[in-house]
Amino acid sequence: MTKARDIASATTPNANAALLATFPHRNLIINGAATVNQRGNVTGATGSTYGGPDRFYTIIGNGIGTWNITQDTDVPSGQGFANSWKIACTTADASPAAADHLGLHYRMEGQNLQQLSKGTSDAKSVTLSFWVKCNKTGDFQVTFRDSDNTRHIASAVTISSTATWQYVTITFAGDTTGAFDNDNANSAIIEMFFDAGTDWTSGSVPTTWQAAITADRAAGTNLALADSTSNYINITGIQLEVGSTATPFEHRSYGDELARCQRYACKLMQFNGNKMREYDRYRTFSYVLPVEMRATPTVPSMTTSDGAACTIGNATSRGFVVNSVAPGDGYTAYVTSELVVTAEL
Amino acid sequence: MMNITIAQYYRDIDNTRNEGITAIIDGESLVVPLDPANRHYAEIMRQVDAGELTIADAD
Repeated sequence: MTKARDIASATTPNANAALLATFPHRNLIINGAATVNQRGNVTGATGSTYGGPDRFYTIIGNGIGTWNITQDTDVPSGQGFANSWKIACTTADASPAAADHLGLHYRMEGQNLQQLSKGTSDAKSVTLSFWVKCNKTGDFQVTFRDSDNTRHIASAVTISSTATWQYVTITFAGDTTGAFDNDNANSAIIEMFFDAGTDWTSGSVPTTWQAAITADRAAGTNLALADSTSNYINITGIQLEVGSTATPFEHRSYGDELARCQRYACKLMQFNGNKMREYDRYRTFSYVLPVEMRATPTVPSMTTSDGAACTIGNATSRGFVVNSVAPGDGYTAYVTSELVVTAEL
Repeated sequence: MMNITIAQYYRDIDNTRNEGITAIIDGESLVVPLDPANRHYAEIMRQVDAGELTIADAD
């Protein structure tokens, strides 16, 4: 009997889940267990940033407190996790202005979502699952956003116990309106809001697919995570999969997750031992990226070991050249910067 | 929204064309490629189109 046939004939949810859990590559989320942290932790963030565990985009909009964003080792026991994404408040904002908003984005390329058949009569439902721990009880809204067609569907999650890991599953229905673009741009977002002002909370939770409006995006959020410097929230084990069943988290190796993350951000080692090729004072050094990035990356500004400014040339999603001009004859130079180049969504 | 305080084109090594943009974005000094799929470039151009930012010519 084939595996597909096994699944079709399975009679209990547990049996289904056990079989489905054997399928690899079912998790559409990269780094859902926060194992990769190329940029390192962030202290004192006051604006939105990709700092902290890869692929997690912390939303700190319009000034809503100050936050440390870390790869934490607090995890739910017995689930095989080693890390979680954590934000902890260091400056509180107990009365957010109307436009303030605090949350988390996970953004996805449209070409990786074509299997959802969105915008057709065959549109597939998806199931999101994750573990969450917070020092407060309350609700926060989780939204599946369609950036291509400005649509969304959402559910409010209730944190019922303080400082306790809690497993969450949400199934979002398929949407027969609005296809995802088949390209490398941002087509869909898993969005979680933990606090927000009235611009974001004054609507209602969109429990069916509908045109997105800002007032609905945090309508199910009353957690008020920014109201005290004691506050924190941890999340790990994020999985998004086709269908209406949440299967056990698909653990992947560090190397596998790192390679997937490098499509969006790539930490390049220091090249202390690599002399720049020099000709008539023009020096060049080539970086070949380990994986093809989503787009041509942004590169941090850098200087050579002898202090000359560098420019970036011939950049593509596969690599780039660092150029500099020697300050005089007889100079040798090395590229000494440790770089994180980015092509995030 | 990104806070972009400085943006300036730079030329390729042979000075034949604009190669990219050097910019300070959210306090970080970055070299941004002229790729519409790059989110920094997209945001620079959005702010330029909105009249909120001017990209200086290359030196």
